[in-house]
Amino acid sequence: MKILAAILSGDPPRGRALTFLLLVIFISLAFAPLLFHGSESLNVAAKICYFVVLAASYDLLLGYTGIVSFAHTMFFGIGGYGAGLALYGLGPSWSSILIGTAAALVFAIVLALIVGLFSLRVRAIFFAMITLAVASAFSILASQLSAVTGGEDGRNFRLPEALRPGFHLHVGPFTINGRIIAYYLIFFAALILFLLMLRIVNSPFGRVLQAIRDNEFRAEALGYRTVVYRSIGNCLAAAAAALAGVLCALWLRYTGPAVTLSFDIMLDILLMVVIGGMGTLYGAVIGAAIFVLAETYLQNVMAMISHATAGLPVLPLVFDPDRWLLWLGVLFVLSVYFFPFGIVGRLRAHR
Amino acid sequence: MTARGELSLPAQRRDFVPALLVPLVALIALPLVGSPSTWVTLTVAGLAMGMIIFIIASGLTLVFGLMDVLNFGHGAFITVGAYAAAALVPLFAASLRADSMILNLLALLALIAFAMAVTAVLGYAFERVIIMPVYGQHLKQILVTIGGLIVTEQLIIAVYGPVQIALPVPTAFRGSVIFGDVAIERYRLIAVVIGLVIFAAMLLILNRTRIGLLIRAGVENGEMVEALGYHIRRLFVGVFMAGSALAGLGGVMWGFYREALTPGMGMDVMVLVFIVVVIGGLGSVGGCFIGALLVAVTANYTGFLAPKLALGSNILLMALILLWRSRGLYPVAKR
Repeated sequence: MKILAAILSGDPPRGRALTFLLLVIFISLAFAPLLFHGSESLNVAAKICYFVVLAASYDLLLGYTGIVSFAHTMFFGIGGYGAGLALYGLGPSWSSILIGTAAALVFAIVLALIVGLFSLRVRAIFFAMITLAVASAFSILASQLSAVTGGEDGRNFRLPEALRPGFHLHVGPFTINGRIIAYYLIFFAALILFLLMLRIVNSPFGRVLQAIRDNEFRAEALGYRTVVYRSIGNCLAAAAAALAGVLCALWLRYTGPAVTLSFDIMLDILLMVVIGGMGTLYGAVIGAAIFVLAETYLQNVMAMISHATAGLPVLPLVFDPDRWLLWLGVLFVLSVYFFPFGIVGRLRAHR
Repeated sequence: MTARGELSLPAQRRDFVPALLVPLVALIALPLVGSPSTWVTLTVAGLAMGMIIFIIASGLTLVFGLMDVLNFGHGAFITVGAYAAAALVPLFAASLRADSMILNLLALLALIAFAMAVTAVLGYAFERVIIMPVYGQHLKQILVTIGGLIVTEQLIIAVYGPVQIALPVPTAFRGSVIFGDVAIERYRLIAVVIGLVIFAAMLLILNRTRIGLLIRAGVENGEMVEALGYHIRRLFVGVFMAGSALAGLGGVMWGFYREALTPGMGMDVMVLVFIVVVIGGLGSVGGCFIGALLVAVTANYTGFLAPKLALGSNILLMALILLWRSRGLYPVAKR
């Protein structure tokens, strides 16, 4: 138990239902290639993995530091483009993944620092608006510089040999193909990143961030330089988002504005974090899992309802499979009012 | 103005420097653009766009100044206003297509009035349902208004579909007016006129009426206004509805400017609006006016001189202004 507590940085899920839910998600992801068949479900599992990292890094900002950023997809995109363009330009090797990742990390951190310097020292509300503006400029830039980024079409690239679907590894009686190796690479990277972030928020540094969130004036009076702490938190979140972008690019073998930079994805992350539960990283796990599952499977359910209510007015219209985001939007607004700590807060209250 | 008696306070020093920025940018651009006729066309186009953005942004900045509420869902009113006008177009099709200035203008005004009425009512509902429960909590305000934006946008998609809808400019406002060798699109002139009328009306109301006095006092110190026996909440609902209606008006004008509507148009414009509001100083109408013109004019010049830079020019402009005055051109005192 002690080891487990150490791995979780002394911040266990708390609450039986929550622990159970998290275990189900963890086991399903860990054994996804064995439990589910077909590439569709493996895609869903991988998507959950990198969105957990992305949502958790966003929670670092929103839930733990109390600042709203709309530039998180920008850092996600920097990671995706970093790895993707390196693999595209330098050839499919492990070293190009490393070079691309390192370049993306440096770029993301410097950019986060610059944006933070402009806006974090004035007011948190400035930060929200300025990040929105910077992110939209960045996404237009990425689609305009088509010579480098491939424009709206993005770039397809090849992965190192061991990660390709055609690669087969024979271990005793089992044959593992490259796609499964890639999945586990992403799974373990996401797991390590998640535990690392859990470590950060439970460190003294993380406590200061929460103190600033709860009462900035008092934190400053206690002698903490709030701007410095906020800027570091902002940079850490940006770095984690960039790494999530690398994982995304590795899985999709593609990078482009629609999958990494669009404002829709920004809204998705916001929904994940708020519905899952702000201010706890476990909320990000649950939010990401629910959101990705809803995106993939809720549409089928809604199509059924839409068919069943075909004769009635309005109802088929709002239950149209394409309206799933409408329902999540309503759920989002309701959860801000009634469950400020999201699903996790709900499950913890009913211990 | 106060009489210069013994009771008069020392006059506040007027700060004219930011107001000179727009002419300054225009003057710098003149030799760079070269041809004066192109320069005039660009400037008028920039002014027209700036006016539309100002109309939208002014509501947002007033609402923020008065009640410390930053409405990220402001974009929803832009979209709803434009779609409301588009929904009424078939009804006025004959007068919009008629080749008569008067008929066109009347139809356009009817569309605008309808759009503003719809967005004002929506604004009332939005304020009651979405914003009222989260007063004083910035984080929740941002989240909840974004949620309102998502829901509104999705409802519009549910009704109208995700595709683009055409919104042609009324016949009489099409084409250009020619002065010598300068061609100016008529609709842009209309936009500039409407923008100026709105700005003048706003200044008059804010500076010369009792309500305006209360609003300005509320921006300066809301608690004091309450203590003097005025319901600042009621005032705020009124300002919120007016701000929403202005966003609706801006949406109609933006729709005609682009001659097309999309469900995401509100959010697209909001990016510019936020830049403008930040540049102008949150809560300041005058700053908002200058900021809007500055952003639009600069974007137009750079769009002509260096198209690749155009997207970055707004961000660059914002960075420069914030380096100069870190709270925007006209910072509102207490914020």
